[in-house]
Amino acid sequence: MQVIKSGHGELIQPFDLDEFREWNRTRKSRKLVDKVMSEQEAISKFVYDGCYIGTELYGTVRCPMSLAREVVRQGKKDLRVCGQGVLELDMWLAAGIVKKLDITYIGLEVYGTCPSLRRAVESGQVESCVEWSNGAITWRMKAAAMGVPFLPTRSMLGTDTLEYSAAKVVEDPFTGIKVALIPALILDVALIHVHRADKYGNCQIDGISGFATEMSRACKRLVISTEEIVPTEEIRKYPDRTIIPYFLVDAVVHAPFGSHPGEMAYLYGRDEPGIKEWVDMSQTADGAQAYIDKYVHNVKNHQEYLDLIGQGRLSELIDGRERRE
Amino acid sequence: MSEPTYSKTELMICVASRLFEDGTTCFIGTGIPMLAAMLAAKTTAPNLVPIFEFGGMGAILEDLPRAVGEARTFHKGLYAAGICDAMESAQRGFVDYGFLGGAQIDPYGNLNSTTIGDHDHPKARLPGSGGGNDVGSHCWRTVAIMQHDTRRFVPKVDFVTTPGFLNGPGAREQAGLPKGTEPAYVVSTLALMDYDTGPGGTYRMRLKSTHPGVISEEVITNTGFELILPENVEVNEPPSAEELRILRDEIDPERLYI
Repeated sequence: MQVIKSGHGELIQPFDLDEFREWNRTRKSRKLVDKVMSEQEAISKFVYDGCYIGTELYGTVRCPMSLAREVVRQGKKDLRVCGQGVLELDMWLAAGIVKKLDITYIGLEVYGTCPSLRRAVESGQVESCVEWSNGAITWRMKAAAMGVPFLPTRSMLGTDTLEYSAAKVVEDPFTGIKVALIPALILDVALIHVHRADKYGNCQIDGISGFATEMSRACKRLVISTEEIVPTEEIRKYPDRTIIPYFLVDAVVHAPFGSHPGEMAYLYGRDEPGIKEWVDMSQTADGAQAYIDKYVHNVKNHQEYLDLIGQGRLSELIDGRERRE
Repeated sequence: MSEPTYSKTELMICVASRLFEDGTTCFIGTGIPMLAAMLAAKTTAPNLVPIFEFGGMGAILEDLPRAVGEARTFHKGLYAAGICDAMESAQRGFVDYGFLGGAQIDPYGNLNSTTIGDHDHPKARLPGSGGGNDVGSHCWRTVAIMQHDTRRFVPKVDFVTTPGFLNGPGAREQAGLPKGTEPAYVVSTLALMDYDTGPGGTYRMRLKSTHPGVISEEVITNTGFELILPENVEVNEPPSAEELRILRDEIDPERLYI
């Protein structure tokens, strides 16, 4: 198969499928082991300087904010990150802990572009930005989840998005059409927030699943934060609802309101003033730092963060949740 | 009864909303496309099937989603899937329309939402493709919704994030993009544009109709490239009182966009 064109973006997470298989054979227990731990323990155990890390879903929706704050609190640095992010990746960029990005979209959606992303990239603090579409980055994880080196797609063709990616264009040997081959993405660590999990890490999600299926199967280490830890009997009643089985999971962290100030479908709505506070404060580097001091460094853990937000405000968010009618 | 007054953004949303065909599947990007889709669903296209990239399909759009993964994107929906299912549906030809925004557009409808200036040393780092590139690659027809000025309507975009007609007739197929997919319209704060795609056409952007109170010269002055001018430039219908009421009272009462 002849390569017609190669994107000149860096493959910032090279991979070895047989090594991944070996990892899954030897480093992922098949036993039902209690994996419940604190966020401090989970992040210090599995996230390390320079690692390739990703978060699911999408910055204001079912986002692992309590874990993302703990990553900043522990001073992890030189992270290589993939993503589509709003609050969590923007905060990491503001904290200066991101070195390389496989970027699809980092923006504040309704509130526009991210000043922290702009500062971090325009100043050269982020060493490389490799471009992908949302479909492409997810299919890269799907390739890893399938255990194959790449997937073909008809996205990205003809554009600078492809030129600045690490994709390759080839002629499909079956039909002769041009396709973009996108390389598997095996993450060192993934952070995913779910509605409920048991102590072993069997996870269920309500509402859209984003790319939880793909990311959970494309990573070497998976830290789950969950709104609720439920008995395994509950999981066994509805096994069809389990989207992430326990053997993929390395840590289970109990994190009620773990997506705050983002939302959690059917549990609580997004905290609009809370999001706006980040939008406003992150306009300047000093403001972003003040926000991080207030909500990350000046609280010891997620419980203290919730105390700072206050029960009254959290109750209002429950009132504003999406309801099943 | 006096004529209702309205802003340019409200007018743009109303004109865009009339492009949604009832009973079609539509990929809805974040921002203004969401308002246009909601207005269409509440007026001329009650059977519209909105698709949001993170997996929400067939939602009843009662409240404005502020994020493409928000619960409002699958409120009373038909299907809450994931990003792969949404994107793969488009890739295999199930999505009729895609509605997108961008920072820059060129005569061929290529969109930039990645960087202003050189990619590796940008003057401005924008959010990136998101689902934009996928939507522009796979949806049968795409509609761009933009503010109209010479900073946004440029001869050459700094970065082709999302494919339009690339560099002219045949270029999409040549690049390998799915056959028959095309940018269809651009709705701006001044006018509605389409493309010169007839036999022997240039595939460049063409003025179709101006908004009420806007003359062709104003559109030309605010476009950074030569716009194709048809013999007859029609004038779009102004927003009706009912469209404005729905937009202001039901869709964006918090005035996030309008």
